[in-house]
Amino acid sequence: MARLKLFIPLLLFIALAGFLYQGIYDKDDSLTSALLNKPFPAFSLPTVQSVETNIGKQELLGEAALVNVWATWCPSCQVEHPYLLKLAQQGVKIIGVNYKDDRAAAQQWLIKLKNPYVFSIFDQKGRLGMDLGVYGAPETYLIDREGTIRYKHVGVVDEQVWLTKIKPKYDALNTKKAEPVQQNAG
Amino acid sequence: MQANGVPLVMNMKAYLKPLLILFITSMGWLSFSWAAIDTYPFKTDEQRQRFKQLTDELRCPKCQNQNIADSNAPIAKDFREEIYRQLLAGHSNQTIVDFMVARYGEFVLYRPTFSKKTWLLWIGPFILLVVGAGIFYRLIRKGQSSSTTASAPLSEAEQRQIEAIIHQHEETKS
Repeated sequence: MARLKLFIPLLLFIALAGFLYQGIYDKDDSLTSALLNKPFPAFSLPTVQSVETNIGKQELLGEAALVNVWATWCPSCQVEHPYLLKLAQQGVKIIGVNYKDDRAAAQQWLIKLKNPYVFSIFDQKGRLGMDLGVYGAPETYLIDREGTIRYKHVGVVDEQVWLTKIKPKYDALNTKKAEPVQQNAG
Repeated sequence: MQANGVPLVMNMKAYLKPLLILFITSMGWLSFSWAAIDTYPFKTDEQRQRFKQLTDELRCPKCQNQNIADSNAPIAKDFREEIYRQLLAGHSNQTIVDFMVARYGEFVLYRPTFSKKTWLLWIGPFILLVVGAGIFYRLIRKGQSSSTTASAPLSEAEQRQIEAIIHQHEETKS
């Protein structure tokens, strides 16, 4: 028994080494949003399409929606763009936040790659981005119909992310308000 | 040989001066260009101090092992600008830190607050110290007690046995 006790430090060392070792390869450095289950921040900003229209938070409300932070300078945004188009076709409401971008370039992008967004908020200074806790595009937020943030995904939204991480929560938000769910679910 | 050597040294000396001047002026130019990347003019030293302290203690959410004073990430630049803006607006350090935490979470604090989540982080080292000291103390006590049992008085039979052994040993020696 006393002999076995001698192995305790070794076991502790192995446990610690294992813990640290897996930390090296843990590439997921995304942070959970500090705004989870908190209301979407208030804002008053123009859209990418038009300088005159001022959009406010109330434009986001009414049904569960994705808020997707994108920019033309962000390569990963281009990667996820086709999938966002697909989601929009399925009837998912997606609102864009064009983050620290050039308006002309953003307009070009939407023409060239097509537009999955109901509209894109033009956040040139990144002020809304900071209020949201954005630290790199693309980021995608799921908000409910009252405008409460329910989930945040940092990085590309693809089929796997959508099906495993976002869709279950999105569906849950929608089942409370029965009608639009069925057509969206397909 | 010597005639050859002297002009060489003189030559080197002649080069040394312009080189030194070049070196010093380029250093000045370098530090100037660094300062030009980010300049935040402050009215008071106290503000500059607080800016330094805040940018040292807040962590960049993008490049996670740097503070925002250190990082070149765009988000760190935004943080610096926001801190600067709020400092000039007269906000307290606590207000500014709370502002960042409300948006980016506790993660941005290099010195996290003491809470349910972070208590182990704060007192963990002291727990380990106490545990270590406890083990150390027990080991020492054990060492002492085992040496006292060894020096317990011998019985008469044992005493005689030892004497016999010593005696025998001395005999073989002589």
